[in-house]
Amino acid sequence: MISEVPLIFSDKSHIMMKVGENRRENSEFTTLFFNSSITFKPGQFVMLWIPGIDEKPYTLSYFSENDFGITIEAKGVFSKKAAHLKKGDLVGIRGPFGNGFTLPDPKDKIAIVAGGCGMAPLSPLVDKIGKNAKNITFIQGARSKDYLLYQDRFNIEREFCTDDGSFGHKGFVTEALKTKIENHNFFDKVYTCGPEIMMKKVFDICEEHNIPCQVSLERYMRCGFGLCGACVCGKEIVCKDGPVFKSEKLRTMQDFNNRALLKNGHEVSMDEYFTWRTPEK
Amino acid sequence: MSIQFLGKTLKNTMVLASGILGNNKDILERVHKNGCGLVTMKSIGPEPRDGHNNPTVIDLGHGIINAVGLPTPGYANMEKEWKDLETRDFPLSASIYGGSVEEYAKVAEFVSAQKPDMIEINISCPNSEKHGMIFGIHSQSAHEVVSAVKKVINVPLIAKLTPQAPNIAEIAKTCEDAGADAICAINTVGPGMVIDIEAGRPVLDFKKGGLSGPMIKPVAVRCVYDIFEAVKIPIIGLGGISTGEDAIEMIMAGAYLTGIGSAVKSRGIHVFDKVTREMTEWLTSHNCKIDDIRGAAHF
Repeated sequence: MISEVPLIFSDKSHIMMKVGENRRENSEFTTLFFNSSITFKPGQFVMLWIPGIDEKPYTLSYFSENDFGITIEAKGVFSKKAAHLKKGDLVGIRGPFGNGFTLPDPKDKIAIVAGGCGMAPLSPLVDKIGKNAKNITFIQGARSKDYLLYQDRFNIEREFCTDDGSFGHKGFVTEALKTKIENHNFFDKVYTCGPEIMMKKVFDICEEHNIPCQVSLERYMRCGFGLCGACVCGKEIVCKDGPVFKSEKLRTMQDFNNRALLKNGHEVSMDEYFTWRTPEK
Repeated sequence: MSIQFLGKTLKNTMVLASGILGNNKDILERVHKNGCGLVTMKSIGPEPRDGHNNPTVIDLGHGIINAVGLPTPGYANMEKEWKDLETRDFPLSASIYGGSVEEYAKVAEFVSAQKPDMIEINISCPNSEKHGMIFGIHSQSAHEVVSAVKKVINVPLIAKLTPQAPNIAEIAKTCEDAGADAICAINTVGPGMVIDIEAGRPVLDFKKGGLSGPMIKPVAVRCVYDIFEAVKIPIIGLGGISTGEDAIEMIMAGAYLTGIGSAVKSRGIHVFDKVTREMTEWLTSHNCKIDDIRGAAHF
């Protein structure tokens, strides 16, 4: 089915859509927009099929009444093709899949901790709770200024961190979070997405201070609906039980920031997994 | 509902179909805890293999089409998985495949030494260029591979069959004669194809894939029915079961155990508990036991 009016997306066959806009975010990231609304929870993902190439999961990074977007880091064969799709190019969308973030209570004070492309799933969360913006502490980090996503997007104060100090604080988002907590900022919930090692540090800091935390994991996926087992992390099925996991679950997940499966199902260390997932440029 | 099968006591008749959910102990144990009497590992092959590119698994509503393509770390690269599984407290079936009789025997011998409770030989997968299905179509090939594997393993052998065989009952009988201890039927139906008419090409990257889920249940029931008339060894009836009534139907066709795959999607990982409960309710309301109805449709 092809259409540019609101559609009913589902976990079944693809809906074929034309790319509505290709927006270059920076040298590494591109957002594809589609001219349809979509019903989803922040943190959920869709499978993006480029006919003849492959199909991969992407969390929804933008939404409005008449469009939605997914943000792509051009690093592998598929993502480079996806980043170069033009307005009018035809792709398939399945989903949304996964559980998504649990939204905070209106009175909650929350911290959002984003690293690199971890901004993509966290941004719709910020959009949805935008009217309670005074209660959000927003920490965003990247390698350098050029890699900071959505710099002009939110009307909320953000603390920027870069590894090289080219923008905001020189240092890691985890250090910024720790400093805030140690300076008596109290948080009811912390939401984080970014490199897994970063999320593990955020989780550890939260554990130390008894703050409930939600992290969004990434694994190689096939079906998207909890059947094939390609994405399992221990006993958790990342595409179905996750991709968002809360503190109580994370405490039981020995494979969090520890083990992941290759495409052939071999369970390997995160280093080996990321070496496979990040081809040399 | 507990039942004896190939020397093991299973808590019920539920079997996790091979290819669903994976090979690590944690996920297999979770399936067991959700009511599955016997869990089957994803098929283990002779060499590391990635399987096909996506899309590989699509829910069509009335069932699923897949061409995952037998991904495997390779039998020799699963030390951690086997070590973890040593301490399991649930019955385990290990599925294996190869591209030749020699490869089947090599993988089977190694896997047998890891002490699964039984080995299922996949002679029926439609999703690979050269693996599996050919052995499930020709009686002579089926006989050769079952005999060769039987010689080198120390655990019971289950032959998993394809409905693409011109005469599946004949293949089942051949497997029984060659030493198989049980039959599992059926693997996916097809291969089939789904074309997205807007994209103008097959949806699956491998183009063709096996069909499963509700749409294939009548084929599975017919196959189990035919096999039941041909063999004395027990049959794992598998294909399109998603409710207790489906499982009862499969048992009336002659199944000893009842497998579940695609219904993990439609009813969640708790499907094993749900189907067992529904079977029990049906049996209670009809005032009978499972042994009373096995093969009851044959007269």
